[in-house]
Amino acid sequence: MLTLTQLAAEGPQNPLIPATSELIIGLIAFFIVFGVLGKKLLPNIQKTLEERRDAIEGGLERAAEAQAEATRTLEEYKAQLAEARHEAARITEHAREQGSMIIAEAREEAQRQAAITVAHAQAEIERTRGQVTTALRHDIGRISLELAGKVVGESLEDSARQSRTIDRFLDELEAKAAESAGAK
Amino acid sequence: MSSPSTTLLASGCHITPSGCGFPAPGLDSFNFKPIFSIGSFHFTKPMLLALICMVLVVGFFWTAFRKPKLVPGKLQLVGEIGYNFIARNIAREVIGKKGDKFVPFLTSIFFFVWLMNIMSIIPLAQFPVASRFAYPVALAALVWITYMYLTFKTHGFVGGWKHLTIIEGLPKPLVPLIVVLEFLQNVITRPFTLAVRLWANMFAGHMLIVMFSAATWYLLTPSVYALFSGGSFVLAIGMTAFEVLIQFLQAYIFTLLASLYISGALEEGH
Repeated sequence: MLTLTQLAAEGPQNPLIPATSELIIGLIAFFIVFGVLGKKLLPNIQKTLEERRDAIEGGLERAAEAQAEATRTLEEYKAQLAEARHEAARITEHAREQGSMIIAEAREEAQRQAAITVAHAQAEIERTRGQVTTALRHDIGRISLELAGKVVGESLEDSARQSRTIDRFLDELEAKAAESAGAK
Repeated sequence: MSSPSTTLLASGCHITPSGCGFPAPGLDSFNFKPIFSIGSFHFTKPMLLALICMVLVVGFFWTAFRKPKLVPGKLQLVGEIGYNFIARNIAREVIGKKGDKFVPFLTSIFFFVWLMNIMSIIPLAQFPVASRFAYPVALAALVWITYMYLTFKTHGFVGGWKHLTIIEGLPKPLVPLIVVLEFLQNVITRPFTLAVRLWANMFAGHMLIVMFSAATWYLLTPSVYALFSGGSFVLAIGMTAFEVLIQFLQAYIFTLLASLYISGALEEGH
């Protein structure tokens, strides 16, 4: 290599033969560049670029998070609203049911009351009719006897006959009454 | 041995009236007198430029990334664009997730190479450092070492050699041939072409600019040649603009290929 250096110093040489001194200078210069850039400056900037990307992506992430949060809240509100609507409908339905139930009950009660009243009235009527019938039977017997006595002119003293006559008369009357009731 | 531009400018050699021959720039344009010497060590202009590039790259990223902020300042933003260009468009795209580890290496390569290339058009510097073969060789050697290290680290010793030489599914008779070719391609020519590509582009670019600049000066006489001088000047400017593109492109290609080799070393199959 010394010869090459000598050649370089002495005159035109083959340009494809590198000079040792220049190789050394070139390597030193490159290693200094590589050393400073590789050890300090480029890691520096690499870190900064990553931090910047983090900052930007972090911002985006936060925005996305806020968006998701908003959507979630909206969903919740919607769900709550739907539930409230449902609840309201349920309550209305319930009230309606209850209302109709109350009405039905009231109607039933009224019907029951009416039936009771009617039954009472019928019983009363029945009782009154019984009384009236008895009284009538008595009166009619007496009147008929008087009438018969007057018509026939004979006193029907004989109680057995008298009673038999009355009964027959009454039976006839009842038969007539039943007949007229059946015809009705 | 002296800088050709100084020779030309000082020579006062023009096509008329002296009729002296065109002092075509040659390899001399790439050899410099030492700025100072310590024994057999000669400190030359390309070395100075390489060190300046080093200082500029470190200085720029130091200012931009020393105390990085979440909300970047202008300089940090520019730095971040550069960093992301390598980290995303090269490391992630070519190597994938595993490429994150190599971002500092690739970033250093790219910006160091790019700046060394840019020196070609910076007034007073006006010399692409990579047109001295040693600089691309040094960087390509580092890439090659990384490539080899990763290959054997990922696949083991035998697996590493297989990875470098064998293509699966070949007909048997072809295997020896392919093994030789693959070995040559992966182990020998890859680092060589990596270095030569960068060097040759910078060498040729600089040569063109020097050529047209020299011609502009050589033809600049009170004669009809002044027209050619003007044309030459326009071409020198055009080539300079073109070089701006090439400088970036070559730095990019160098870095891209480095990442491709790393990716190749890391991948499972062949």
